[in-house]
Amino acid sequence: MAQNMIKSNTGSAFRGAGIRTWRKHSAYVGVTPFLLLVSIFLLWPTVSVVSGAFQDTNGKFSFGTIKSVITSSIHLAAFKHSLEVSLITSISGAIIGALFAWAVSTGKQGGFLRRLCLSASGVLAQFGGVMLTFAFLATFGFNGLVTTFFLKFAPHSFFGHPTWLYSMTGLCIVYSFFQIPLMFLVFLPTLDNLKPQWREASDGLGGSTLEYWHRVGIPVLTPAFLGSFLLLFANSFSAYATAASLISQGSIITPLEISGAISSETGSSNPALAKALSLGMVVVVVVVMALYTLLRRRVSRWEK
Amino acid sequence: MKLNKVSGSVTALILAVSISGSAFVATTAQGAVKASAATSVADFGGLKGLIAACKVEKSLNIIADPHDWANYGEIITGFKKVYGVKINEANPNGSSQDEINAANQLKGTTRAPDVFDLGQAVLYANFEVLAPYKVINWNSIPATFKAANGLYTKDYGGIMSVGYDASLGTVTKLDDLLGPQFAGKVALNGDPTKANAGQNGVLMASLANGGSLNDISPGVTWFKKLATAGNFINVDPNPATIASGQTPVVFDWDYNQAAVQAKFAAAGKKWNVFFPTGALVGAYYNQAVDLYAPHPACARLWMEYLYSPVGQNAWLKGGSRPVLLDWMIKNKTVNAKALAALPTVKGNVVIATPNQSKAAADYLTANWTAAVGTR
Repeated sequence: MAQNMIKSNTGSAFRGAGIRTWRKHSAYVGVTPFLLLVSIFLLWPTVSVVSGAFQDTNGKFSFGTIKSVITSSIHLAAFKHSLEVSLITSISGAIIGALFAWAVSTGKQGGFLRRLCLSASGVLAQFGGVMLTFAFLATFGFNGLVTTFFLKFAPHSFFGHPTWLYSMTGLCIVYSFFQIPLMFLVFLPTLDNLKPQWREASDGLGGSTLEYWHRVGIPVLTPAFLGSFLLLFANSFSAYATAASLISQGSIITPLEISGAISSETGSSNPALAKALSLGMVVVVVVVMALYTLLRRRVSRWEK
Repeated sequence: MKLNKVSGSVTALILAVSISGSAFVATTAQGAVKASAATSVADFGGLKGLIAACKVEKSLNIIADPHDWANYGEIITGFKKVYGVKINEANPNGSSQDEINAANQLKGTTRAPDVFDLGQAVLYANFEVLAPYKVINWNSIPATFKAANGLYTKDYGGIMSVGYDASLGTVTKLDDLLGPQFAGKVALNGDPTKANAGQNGVLMASLANGGSLNDISPGVTWFKKLATAGNFINVDPNPATIASGQTPVVFDWDYNQAAVQAKFAAAGKKWNVFFPTGALVGAYYNQAVDLYAPHPACARLWMEYLYSPVGQNAWLKGGSRPVLLDWMIKNKTVNAKALAALPTVKGNVVIATPNQSKAAADYLTANWTAAVGTR
């Protein structure tokens, strides 16, 4: 009996310790699949890209590939175009999307329009790539509905000559179709957190509408607005499929150049170059995401 | 490239399974040579031995062979039917470089490609992944169309051409395409910095405008004119864009035009094919076996099928010029109807050498986007 008791005691004591350690570390077990996924699909490729960028075509360490990218006017022009498209579509997307969100946030909470806009934006923010390009080609392409109509009735108008669609202008317009809904989605919660009590307090203290926005509204919203803008920037900077399906001649932006460097069958294929170009993109995205994280910290103060 | 390491354990497992398979092949083949080292049908004790070895392997992995390209569809179904082998088709619209990338990344797995269909530039840069194999009809293939060591064999060739919807009028010279009736209608098959067909399309324009195989720049200038006129479009042509009328004028190999002609005829329309005078640019695609083919016997049987009269006539029916055409005409195994349907061209057909296409590729990389890339 006594022996049994001792046995069971030590047993339970051991188990108790086990439970404590388990509790302490169980959080890590839960997060393991996520960490595994991140390391396979994010860390590993990043390491491979960064190390590959510092190699020549034979796999030896070298700065040559990066140097050739920095000194080449073609690669720099593509990089500039990438930044340009991202800046234009993120600024315009952020402003239009924010105004749109503001309009909806002043409406009835849980109302029909709000629910409709939310679900529509949820779909449209993901409506990139080939589907989006197809929608535009079918509408504004050389044989698109609108183009055919204008060719018949106003052959010399803007819509009658849709070369703009296959250029930077077209790219910016097409990208806006996923940028604006994304801004709406990420910015609406911030607007909802603008407490009516603040407005009442401002009014009660004799503040005008202008003063309210100047001293309360805009300062509270600015970090969230900038954060969303950065998210939009990264989103459009890394977009590939939309541009690839729209523009098949001439790699005007960096993602298209990378695809050429990977899969060219005419002897221009160069994996080291693809990685050096990717490194440039990684650097830009890292800077943007670092700024975004800093801003999120400020934003979260108001979202409690 | 380094993915192999990640999939190491999976690979080991698959290898363990496939090793037992190939050991069996080695015993079925009466010769002492393993299928993966066989360089001709003799190593299998004849065609029957090769067929038996392939039947043990049961499947074949092919890559970047679209059904509507040069009649690949007929070849794929034919091979399946004759030998009862399963064919796994990967990335049908991929480029030659994609084939090599896949071979390097999937090396050692059962998903690696068994055979390649390669354009010249990629072929010359990647001899180290090819296994030498000489088909039964090897001696009938002209020496300039094969590697003496058997690493590759040229298979089917075409001539660059302009295909267009006949309702747009008749094209008699390339400059006709600069006219206003072709606004937003002219497409090139692939970006020439990436795709062989695209590069040869620009070469053809170069030859038609005073350039040569050594100088592609007049071709780039001509396409710049076409783009400035608003006639060149940024759409990558394929059977769907042609059928829907999005790309009514297409620069492509004549065998791809032949497939469009057949479809147009079936729909009661007409697709004309035009070869500019003095600008006949040809190219052959090359067949080769992957050195690390997971199904080495089927890979070699596929080669035999491609270079048999059945395979060669299939290319001919698809409108391309098979490498054994002269031999088939001589021994009367040629499909006479398909031969008669080949478009007739006047003048010499020129083919760019590897060095010439490399120089053209370098020039295009530096100048193409600036010439046609719309801002």
